This record gives sequence, C-alpha cells and structure tokens, in this order.
Amino acid sequence: MIVELGHYALIMALATALLQSVLPLIGARRMDQSLMDFAPAASLACFSLTLFSFFALTVAYVTSDFSVVNVWENSHTLKPMIYKISGVWGNHEGSMLLWILILTFFSALVAVFGGNLPSTLKSNVLAVQAWIVSTFLLFVLLTSNPFARLNPAPIEGRDLNPILQDIGLAIHPPLLYLGYVGFSICFSFAVAALIDGRIDAAWARWVRPWTLAAWTTLTAGIAMGSYWAYYELGWGGWWFWDPVENASFMPWLAGTALLHSALVMEKREALKIWTVLLAIMTFSLSLLGTFLVRSGVLTSVHAFATDPTRGVFILGILVLFIGGAFALFAMRAQTLSHGGIFAPISREGALVLNNLFLTTATATVLVGTLYPLVLEAITGEKISVGPPFFNLTFGPLMIPLLLAVPFGPLLAWKRGDLWAVCQRLYAAAGISLLVALAVIYFSTGAPVLAALGVALGVWLMAGSVTDLLTRAGVGRAKLSVLWPRLKGLPRSAFGTATAHFGVGVMVIGIVAVTAFSTEAVTTLRPGEQTTAGPFALRFEELRPNNGPNYTETQGRLTVLRDGEAISQITPSKRIYTARRMPTTEAGIMTTGASQLYVALGDETADGGTVVRVWWKPWVTFIWIGAVIMSLGGIVSLSDRRLRIGAPSPKRAKTPVPAGETQ
Amino acid sequence: MTRQIAVFAAVLMSLCLLAVPGKAVTPDEILDNPVLEQRARDISAGLRCLVCQNQSIDDSDAELAKDLRLLVRQRLTEGDSDTEVIDYVVSRYGEFVLLKPRFSAQTLLLWGMPLIVLLIGAAYIMMGRRGDGQTPTVLTAEEHAELEKVLQSRDQDP
Repeated sequence: MIVELGHYALIMALATALLQSVLPLIGARRMDQSLMDFAPAASLACFSLTLFSFFALTVAYVTSDFSVVNVWENSHTLKPMIYKISGVWGNHEGSMLLWILILTFFSALVAVFGGNLPSTLKSNVLAVQAWIVSTFLLFVLLTSNPFARLNPAPIEGRDLNPILQDIGLAIHPPLLYLGYVGFSICFSFAVAALIDGRIDAAWARWVRPWTLAAWTTLTAGIAMGSYWAYYELGWGGWWFWDPVENASFMPWLAGTALLHSALVMEKREALKIWTVLLAIMTFSLSLLGTFLVRSGVLTSVHAFATDPTRGVFILGILVLFIGGAFALFAMRAQTLSHGGIFAPISREGALVLNNLFLTTATATVLVGTLYPLVLEAITGEKISVGPPFFNLTFGPLMIPLLLAVPFGPLLAWKRGDLWAVCQRLYAAAGISLLVALAVIYFSTGAPVLAALGVALGVWLMAGSVTDLLTRAGVGRAKLSVLWPRLKGLPRSAFGTATAHFGVGVMVIGIVAVTAFSTEAVTTLRPGEQTTAGPFALRFEELRPNNGPNYTETQGRLTVLRDGEAISQITPSKRIYTARRMPTTEAGIMTTGASQLYVALGDETADGGTVVRVWWKPWVTFIWIGAVIMSLGGIVSLSDRRLRIGAPSPKRAKTPVPAGETQ
Repeated sequence: MTRQIAVFAAVLMSLCLLAVPGKAVTPDEILDNPVLEQRARDISAGLRCLVCQNQSIDDSDAELAKDLRLLVRQRLTEGDSDTEVIDYVVSRYGEFVLLKPRFSAQTLLLWGMPLIVLLIGAAYIMMGRRGDGQTPTVLTAEEHAELEKVLQSRDQDP
C-alpha cells in the first residue's frame, strides 16, 4: 500500500511542479502577488511529496518487500540494515529519485530562506527550478519507475552489487548530488535574471552562497568517492580519469570558476555576463554528467543505440535546458550592463586569470571525455583517451594556476601593486624553496620535479597564511593589536585562506604518492617476509571467515618495524553469497599521514599467496586537503555578510510591489 | 540486468564495472632485469585492457591483459625498443589500445583543444581590456576642452 502511495505522491509532485512552472511566471509578468506567492508554497509541497515518495521506497527496502521489482533486484534479507537503506539509491531508479529529492530540497530552501529576495526574482527562480523538477519527474515516471510491482513476489532478493555494500554508498552519492544538483539553483538564478533582463550586485550576493554550498558538498563528495575507490578497488589508485569521475569533476571545475567570478561580480559588479554564462555552464555540465552516466553511452555507443529510451529522454532534457538557456543568453546578454573597470594587475585581474585556466581545464576534461564517443559516432573509429592524456594536458594547466593562487587574495581591488605583493610573499617563497632543498637532501635521489611539487604545495599553504597575517597587519601594526585584528577579520577571509591551504595540502599528497610510493608484488608462504617503505611485513596465515552475507578468505600479516611487531593487517578476498561475486578488501594501516596498503592475490600451487604491498607516503593528504577545502567553504558560508543577507535589495524592494497597490 | 548494474554502478563514480579484485601483475610475470621490468610497467600503464572499461593492462587481471603483459615483456627481452613494442601492439590491436592517443589528423582537435581555448580566452580578455580599460584613464585634448567648458558654464550659472 505504502508503495502505491509513494508512486501516487510522485505523480502529485509532478502536477504541483507543472503548475509551479507556469503560474509564478505569469504572476511576475503581471505583478500579481497571489500568483507569485504560489511559488514558495508549491516548492514546499513538491518537496514534501517527493520526500514522502522517497520514504515509501525506503520502507519497501527496509522491510525487504520483494514484490517491488527495484527492491528485488537490489536487496537481500541478509543484507545489513545500513546497506538496505543506502541501497535505495544504489541503483538507477532510486538514485534518480534521490536526484529529484535533492532538486526539490533546494527549491524548498530558496522558498524558505528567500524571504528578502525581490519577489519577481524569487518567482522566476522557483519557476525555472520547477521546469527542471518537472522534466526529471517525467523521466522517472515514464522510464524509470522505482515502484513497479512484481507478481508473484520472489522469496529472496538478488542482493546489492557487493562493491556498493560499503559505508561509502551511504555518504558519497548524497554528498555528490547535493553538489551536482545544488548548482541548479545558480542555473535558475541565471535564467531568471535573463528573463528579467536585469542583474545587479544583489543578484551576485544571492548566487554566491548557493554556489559555495554546492561547491562545498561537491568537493567533499568527490573526495569521498575517491577514497572509496581507493580502498575498495584494491589496486591503490585514487583517481582514474574515468569518464564517470570526469562527469562529476567537470561541474566541480566550472563551479570553482563560478565561485571566483561571482566574487568579482558581488564586490565590483564586473564580469556580469561571464558569471551568468558560467552559472549556466556549470549546471549544464551537471546535466551532461547525468546523461553520460545514466544513458549507458559510456559503456559503448552501441549499447546506447540498442536501448535508447532513457538515454534519448535525458538527451532531450539536456538539449532543452542547455539549448534554451544559451538561446536566452544570446538574446538577452546584450541588455546586461558592463560593470566596474579594473587594471590587469588587480584582484579582479587575478580572478580573471583563475577563470581562464579553470575554464580551459574544464574544456580539456570535456573534450577528453567526449572525444572517443563523438569520433566513433562520426567516423566509426575507436580510440581511447585515458590517464596519460589527462596527466599531460590537465597537469600543465594547473601549475601556473596554483603558482598564482597566493598572489590573488593579496592584490588590491581595481589596481594592485604586484611588487608590493611579491615582497609580502618573500617569506612564503623562501620556506617553499627550503622545503624543496630539504626534500632533495633527505630523500636521497628524489627527482627534482617531486621536490618542486612539494614546494608548490608548501607555497600554497604558506601563501594562505601570509594572506591572513597581512590582513591582520603583520609588519605594519603593533604586535598587541594583531590578535584582535586577526579575530576581527571576516569569516570569508578565513574561508578563502583555509580553502587555498587545503589545495596546498592536497598537492603535497598527490606529489608524494606519485613520486615516493613503492610497490612490491611477491608470493609469500606463512612465515615469509617482504619489505615496504620503513616496514617489514610477515605473512602469518590465510584463514576462512564468514560475514552476514559473504564468505571470505582473510590473510593475516604482521607489520614489523626494526624487527618489532607493531601492528596487524588483515586484507581479504570475499565472495558475496547471493551474486557469487568476488571482491577484495584491502588491508590498510595508517601511520601519520602515510599508509601501508595490502591486497591479496591468488593462491599459488606451492602453498604461497600472491601479496601486493604498497607503501604510500603522505597519501592521506590528498583527502585531508579536500576536507580542508570543504571546511573553507563552510567557514566562508558562515560569514556574517551571507548570514544576515544584504540590506539594500530589501529597501529597494519596498516601493516595487505594484500588484499590491492596484 | 547486467546493463542495469553497469549503469547504476557508474553513477556512483566508483568504477564498479571493474568489479574484479586488483590482481594485475603476478610474480611469475616479473622480469629478472629490473630495468626491463620498469620499462614493461611503464608501457603497460599506457595500454588499454581491451575487454575492460577504461583500465590499463597493468591494472587489470583479465586473461587478455595478462597475455598482453607477457607479450610486452617478451618483445622487450628480445631487444625491442619501447616504440617498437608499442607499434607492434598497435599493429595487432589498433589505435584503440593506446590510452594516450597518437597525434594525428583525427586527434588534432583533442590535443589542440587546451591550447585553443587558452589562446582564445586570453585573446578575448586582451581585447576586452583594450575596449574598456584604456579610454577612461587619460582624457584627450578635446575631452579636456569639453570638460573646461562644462565646468566654466557651471560656474557662471548661479
């Protein structure tokens, strides 16, 4: 019964969203306040209905109701409860439902927190948001219904893909979608502004926190996914330049650019047209990612052609929104006024440079991801574009960008003094060079490039500290006032510094693991040893073990340092009972920021076991850096300016509502 | 069913399609000569496992990947250079096997795109600068005269 109610709620949500797509727009045109007021109410209703629908599906999963096809295909009675719940979005239908839930959640947030938005803008934004909700609800209801029934109901389900039976599934997709879909708000704001033909600093002040929130969760989501792939897939890689990863990375790159250009627009009213374009592009890339992943086109162009219903539907959505938004942009962009003027050497100039490189990087990833598909579709020739291509093109684009990061926040708006900024960065540059020398000295035979890479990370970290200290007045003010001044800095300044610091941490992690990790592949019999980094590993035994819905062969290895046992590592190979599918569970020991990573291979005829051991120095810096970046986003979001909201648009709003006076 | 697994696994960004335990290079394949072995590893990392999704033969445990790894090592021990080995593999399996596509007429746009976007972007920014940036900094002689006139007329007005 609840399953049917869930289905029904979803249909009701579609009806609500369709009304919300039209009425507020008419209201905004005619200045009819009652029609405009419909928008926030409908948003909340639509969110509640979708939430109920999602809840209904969750209930079906929790109670293992195998009369629902979706539950039967992806669940099992023996599956631990947490995976029963996270399994709701561990499949196509459920994950699309989560997508829509988050989309309506963001509409509801605008409805609730958009109190001081000009009412026409708010109506337009929510209407545009409802267009997206409607099309995706149609998509789910017509092609991917999660509530379809099965008669007679099977006794047992087919279980969830074992790789997904991990805490990662509980965290990663929701975070990723919060970011991915969060950019829809920026899109809706951009389209609403184009419909209005008006855009000002208040607009940017509104868009920036949404961008920041979406960016923060997307950063955390991608990092989480990276770590999950790292420990689950069992060969120690943390980024594969897989098309699916790229699908989430492109909106991140564009969103990072948007974050920075929105800053220029808010503070200086410059880069208006560009910011609007970037807001449209960012969400377009989210939609493109959804298409790539959902349509099956990645597996092969032919797989897409054999069952194109879903793919063609999403492609239609893609063309509708991207095409429509760009057409609107082409028509209206001229009406948007140009903003403030600035010299090339200025904060604005630095942010333009940031945008240039990030946009180029986005284009590179986009072309690399789509090129094989397009080439095959046009000429029938198959080529591969893999990690070596991206490392060779994306890498060099990042180096000048990262080198320039510490300069940006120190430059003044409008017209900066590059020489003065250089002087402030002397200390940071000195520390970086010292670290480079130290790396070369201590790690005998380290490649110079690796040392320079570590120095780049330190440069970013020291640069962000310099930024804060300079703002507090180090070198200019008396020591006694430094602390109060530092405390008095706006949170957004801390946010910027924290995020840039995080980038530095991540760079160090990436460089260290690329240059200094070691790998050993050997066959070990019980009692035999191998070495990895500063440790020795003694293979003790292989033993069988049973989990709730799997059986495993667990290896037990003792980690030795200078002959003394300090820890145990237990990697395993599992067979999940329901699907007869093997997985490897890597054994990982973290010491400091470094990790010892062990994966089991096959057993050999002579009683040995193939063991793969990686020593990955400072590898956790990669994800710690990403977490610090997200923290920077959160700190920046808590800035007073964003919490309190801008007073000016409210004052401007009061005389406007003509609908009320008529 | 398998397609559905493939599709949902993909969105979770976890490369689930490679749902095989990471076995890859096994001890019996490893060459005694560490220099040759390192060359073999480097070459393998750039060759695609043809039956997997976006995985190099160095990472894959598929039978075909193992055959290719052995082939690479065999050619290396017979004295082939890296290029000769790669050419040989391409002659047997086609360009698809290369994870880093070769520069050719067909991949011109692929390799050129970063540079094209960067240059067009930079040129656009420069042109934009010339448009708004320079004019307001210094007034021309005529503008000076105009300004003088306006200021004087204002002084006389009241």
